[in-house]
Amino acid sequence: MPADLNLRLGLPGSDQTDVDAAKSNKRASPEKAEDTASNGVPAAKSADDHETAPAPKAQIVGWPPVKSYRKSTAAAVKKAEAESGMYVKVSMDGAPYLRKIDIKLYNGYSHLLTALEDMFKLSIEREGYKGSEYAPAYEDKDGDLMLVGDVPWEMFMSSCKRLRIMRGADARGLGCAQ
Amino acid sequence: MDRSKLFIGNCYAVSPEIVARRFRRIKSVTLKGKPRFSDFNMLPLDWGANVHSWLVMFAKVYPFLEELRLKRMTISDESLELLAKSFPGFKALSLSSCDGFTEIGLKAIASHCRNLTELNIQDSITEEVGGGWLSSFPENFASLQVLNFSSLNGDLNFDDLEKLVSRCKLLRVLKVNDSITLDQLQRLLVHVPRLTELGTGSFLQELTPRQYEEIETAFCNCRNLQVLSGLWEATSLYLPLLYGACASLTFLNLSDVPLHSGEFAKLLAHCPNLRCLWVIDSVEDKGLEAVGLSCPLLEELRVYPADPYDRHHRDGVTELGFLAVSRGCPKLHYVLYFCRRMTNAAVVTIVQNCPDFTHFRLCIMTPCQPDYLTNGPMDEAFGAVVKTCTKIKRLSVSGLLTDQTFEYIGQYAKDLETLSVAFAGSSDWGMQCILEGCPKLRKLEIRDCPFGDSALLSGREKYEMMRSLWMSSCSVTMKGCRLLAREFPRLNVEVIREEGGDEDQAHKVYVYRSVAGPRRDAPPFVLTL
Repeated sequence: MPADLNLRLGLPGSDQTDVDAAKSNKRASPEKAEDTASNGVPAAKSADDHETAPAPKAQIVGWPPVKSYRKSTAAAVKKAEAESGMYVKVSMDGAPYLRKIDIKLYNGYSHLLTALEDMFKLSIEREGYKGSEYAPAYEDKDGDLMLVGDVPWEMFMSSCKRLRIMRGADARGLGCAQ
Repeated sequence: MDRSKLFIGNCYAVSPEIVARRFRRIKSVTLKGKPRFSDFNMLPLDWGANVHSWLVMFAKVYPFLEELRLKRMTISDESLELLAKSFPGFKALSLSSCDGFTEIGLKAIASHCRNLTELNIQDSITEEVGGGWLSSFPENFASLQVLNFSSLNGDLNFDDLEKLVSRCKLLRVLKVNDSITLDQLQRLLVHVPRLTELGTGSFLQELTPRQYEEIETAFCNCRNLQVLSGLWEATSLYLPLLYGACASLTFLNLSDVPLHSGEFAKLLAHCPNLRCLWVIDSVEDKGLEAVGLSCPLLEELRVYPADPYDRHHRDGVTELGFLAVSRGCPKLHYVLYFCRRMTNAAVVTIVQNCPDFTHFRLCIMTPCQPDYLTNGPMDEAFGAVVKTCTKIKRLSVSGLLTDQTFEYIGQYAKDLETLSVAFAGSSDWGMQCILEGCPKLRKLEIRDCPFGDSALLSGREKYEMMRSLWMSSCSVTMKGCRLLAREFPRLNVEVIREEGGDEDQAHKVYVYRSVAGPRRDAPPFVLTL
């Protein structure tokens, strides 16, 4: 593992490693709650966090428990999706914990890769992934492992089921034409 | 025993065949389907609870069926057609939080149910419903007493609606959708001044002085109004139109219109007899102070969030608003309160002021949020609720909570029937306290708590005495679920599989007693163990 890799259960940019909020004296923010919640990547908004710029607050599926019945089914589903996010698991080869992120919160590949870099404390080369230790891959709707970045962002958002940060050596087998 | 009314709290607890064998001459059926968390998009589509097989059976065995009341069920147009054509004496259809139908089904009801007295569609999701179904009521049809289509989308043919309303002299409940304008509402009200329940349409319209006067007069003539809702987009400019209709109001539902404290307080001043109030937190603590001052008879209060996902960082209400209400409304026994800030001390005082709570649903919207003043857990708040409110039947807990909360609940809440828990507890012990301590528990719904197999299995003897258990995003495994299922054949243990999820984790578990065995209509993502 690269020396700068430092897996924590806190969110990127935060200094807290405290997972058990019940024991903490500090005011818990939602992103530092028990990690059974499906939290997004963006940094905590708490006052303790000085490092990162304010980001959209992570949303949890079905929370708070308010109904959204009044639109037509299509609109209601759209609204529910918009509010509940498009969560995919992110694994990194060699790391014991998976993370979960909401792809909806990103406006493009660059934004996503920056967030992944931040989350896993590593660097991902934007072009070719040749020199990097790590390359981002994803599992699409058909179950195939694909290199991130080939298809238009919208298409990626709708077909990405799971993200995997692969070791560079393994990723070369994905045959990126560069 | 010959009963004519049937209540089935879980459509999967029994089967149409079993019901047909046991009961004869049924005239009224109430059926409930999906677990409550389906309201919050936590169940995949096509999970189940389709009423069709029930209707097929009813058509065969209960030809005298008059009433059908469904909650959280799927009902297709085909089912509505079957319903419309199978029961000549059919009178009342009530669909609450249902889905699956369009105007085609409604047309069938309107065309064929000659004796219809009630059509009540509430909180239901539909495709864009056109207005054509109203014209399907026959020319001489006049028996309607209850018409509620407030949650339907789509524009209606107003002429058809007006003709229908003018014919139905017995109409006492009319709730229209937001496509109906203010002046259209006035034309309807002219025909039915004896309404007891009114759901208005849109309350935003540029009115001429004459229109304003006419509408004001129409409202003044509604002297029997007990329930008022709708009011979409109402502003301080038009709220005064209502004042004349508020003297006898007992239930004011403002959950569709975010008001500010000033206009809200002015409206309340005209509603001295309120017993039930639903409001959006845009009224803030100041608005709730007005409630405390103006509504001494208040028994039920619901405060909904204007901004549940905190996109606009609005303040909403805090413990202060709740305190103010508790001081002025000693008869309060039902509360649903969404807030971003609460303290133990406030809740202790609140229940001292209002010891008769039967339903206490507090939702501190940030998960695991501690006491605002002490930064500690909110255990003592809920401890106070269960110790002071001996009649408590329904409880929803939130905020930073340890197992202590559940120890309190298990120890004191002996009448508790429904408990909702989210992002709370420290260990399996918490859930065990509930299962061992609350003898009357019927419904338990849990999400995102550190309760695992040990907790699940500690309740094994109890689940057959309950309606259902829901656990999602907890630490329950497939192994634990299988153990439970194996030992208790009269329990249906269903696991909803998550796409690409860990094979051993039981992400969403739904356990319910059933004499019908595992359900045969389970979709592929639902595993019945």
